[in-house]
Amino acid sequence: MPASLETAENPESLRRVVIDPVSRVEGHGKVTILLDAENRVQQVRLHIVEFRGFERFIQGRPYWEVPVMVQRLCGICPVSHHLAAAKALDPIVGAHTLRPAAEKNRRLMHYGQILQSHALHFYYLASPDLLFGFAEDPARRSVVGVLDAFPDLALQGVKLRKYGQEVIRITAGKRIHGTGAIPGGVNKVLSPGERAELQAGIGDVLGWARDGVAAVAGLHTENRDLYDAFGTVPCSLLSLVGENGALDLYDGTLRARAADGSLLFEGVPAGRYGERIKEYVRSWSYMKFPFFEAMGPEAGWYKVGPLARVQNCDFIPTPLAEAERQRFRAGAEGLVHAPLAFHWARMIELLHAAEVIDELLRDDELLDDATPQLGARRDEGVGIIEAPRGTLIHHYRVAPDDLVTMCNLVVSTTHNNQAMNECIRQVARQYLDGAEPTEALLNHIEVAIRAFDPCLSCATHALGQMPLVVEVVDARGEVRRLVRPAA
Amino acid sequence: MSGLGADGKMRVATVSLAGCFGCHMSLLDIDERIVELLRNVELDRSPLDDLKHCGPCDIGLVEGGLCNVENVHVLREFRARCKVLVAVGACAVNGGLPAQRNHLDVRDCLQTVYLSGEGVVRGFIPNDPELPLPLDKVHPLHDVVKIDYFLPGCPPSADAIWQLLTDLVAGRTPRSVPGHLRYD
Repeated sequence: MPASLETAENPESLRRVVIDPVSRVEGHGKVTILLDAENRVQQVRLHIVEFRGFERFIQGRPYWEVPVMVQRLCGICPVSHHLAAAKALDPIVGAHTLRPAAEKNRRLMHYGQILQSHALHFYYLASPDLLFGFAEDPARRSVVGVLDAFPDLALQGVKLRKYGQEVIRITAGKRIHGTGAIPGGVNKVLSPGERAELQAGIGDVLGWARDGVAAVAGLHTENRDLYDAFGTVPCSLLSLVGENGALDLYDGTLRARAADGSLLFEGVPAGRYGERIKEYVRSWSYMKFPFFEAMGPEAGWYKVGPLARVQNCDFIPTPLAEAERQRFRAGAEGLVHAPLAFHWARMIELLHAAEVIDELLRDDELLDDATPQLGARRDEGVGIIEAPRGTLIHHYRVAPDDLVTMCNLVVSTTHNNQAMNECIRQVARQYLDGAEPTEALLNHIEVAIRAFDPCLSCATHALGQMPLVVEVVDARGEVRRLVRPAA
Repeated sequence: MSGLGADGKMRVATVSLAGCFGCHMSLLDIDERIVELLRNVELDRSPLDDLKHCGPCDIGLVEGGLCNVENVHVLREFRARCKVLVAVGACAVNGGLPAQRNHLDVRDCLQTVYLSGEGVVRGFIPNDPELPLPLDKVHPLHDVVKIDYFLPGCPPSADAIWQLLTDLVAGRTPRSVPGHLRYD
């Protein structure tokens, strides 16, 4: 078996097995596996198979349209793109500090987003694997099966997600693709009535969130051998951290650790991300591969998201989630790299999001005047936020005529590109090598991908990431192929 | 409507093509009503389950437009297997935001992004048999197959999706309810 499993030596002589589409994830991806005559694994790749072109067609649009346009990258985490864009555009309009009410309403929206997205991922998408086992009958392996077999747990998930969506609706006007944030602040603040409406539900939400953490922590600790070893490949990690090293999902500076936990860098402000992170390209995926420049493309890959954040911060600034973080850390020596530990870390963050929402709703500043205070304009801005799936970078340049001239997006799932590929290769070594690739075994590959909660739509934004062969469909639906020469 | 499964439930398949998943999220925004929905329908292929191909179905819900050849193949599979096919949301109905790329020249974009992309090193253009070929324009669904119903909005509201599904499941022609429809 080749060591890296990225590229087989003689692909044409091998049997191709495909998982298409990867399901119970957001967006469009597939996995190809090449096997020799003895079913030994020779190559494993996660391909992102769609491109959409946001980075390019944002160019030439007026900057104030951007937060509303770019959230259409993703219907699961629209708020993340909405807010990352608004943060990037704050300095463009000279709003170098926001009024407290503006920042707090944005934070409320963001933690609503974290709550609903994490609930969606565990209860609707990933939990069937964990509750039924990876080899369960695919006809039952879905939220339908969970609602049937674990109705109380599943309905808690439905209601957790609903509450997060209601936080978004009240702060942004709509549950999906709202309009709450603008360059310089927000276009409305919570009314006293809306605050009361959300406060009426937060007690139940905190209880369900605690139940959720307990359920996932229980699954992990009762199946330690499986959960710790499944697909595990150590790597570096990256996230924002807030003041004093606190977990902060809305703002902060970049911190990175090596796989052994040692610091690689910290205190890097948003505007300087480009000095640390570069991206390279593989021929077989539309998704780029980011890396820490100082370590080079081969060794510099890393992971982002809940498992990175919960271990990168020094503490979580809410009591219930901090206690759960300590429980999580107590069971491990050094950093935890097991992909299945993402689920535990994600539920700790879900609880944290519920606590932050509770705190914000008690804060009278939430209702204050949030009229933007605008100052001298700048022509460039970078906004970084910790989206549900990890560090999200939006970078824009705007000309004096208000039109965007450059847009660069490094989205959460893209950071995890190499990490996901390495984890599925590890699962292939552990479970598939030499075996007949049954549906149940192939689901093991998908279980590893799902642990990252990838958002493959988010990762398909770059128009440049496409092959040089273009097809044209004519009005009768017939496809005419048009081959372009290599650049 | 005929074709009910052995348990008397309608089979419903869903897919997201060149969309953002927002329409699927709006479907889930029916919240607790998912329990009632699943009493009356059987879920076939969907991003929410692990069925990779669509079987014979009563209703197909398609989110997103067509941006590559694979989207076209999947849409044709849905048309062949679903008695009623619904274009759900702005992208399926008219291409939506991804169709913003339709006024751009593909070759210029490729060269611009790949030769001078911010932060990209060793740039070149991915090209592999595993990657479906992009279409030169993003198309709405009805450019390629017959669509039975169009549900506008970015995304359509959960109430609009609920109304459509409950009408179809009851064998009625779907009615639009004032206040449910959006055109954003």
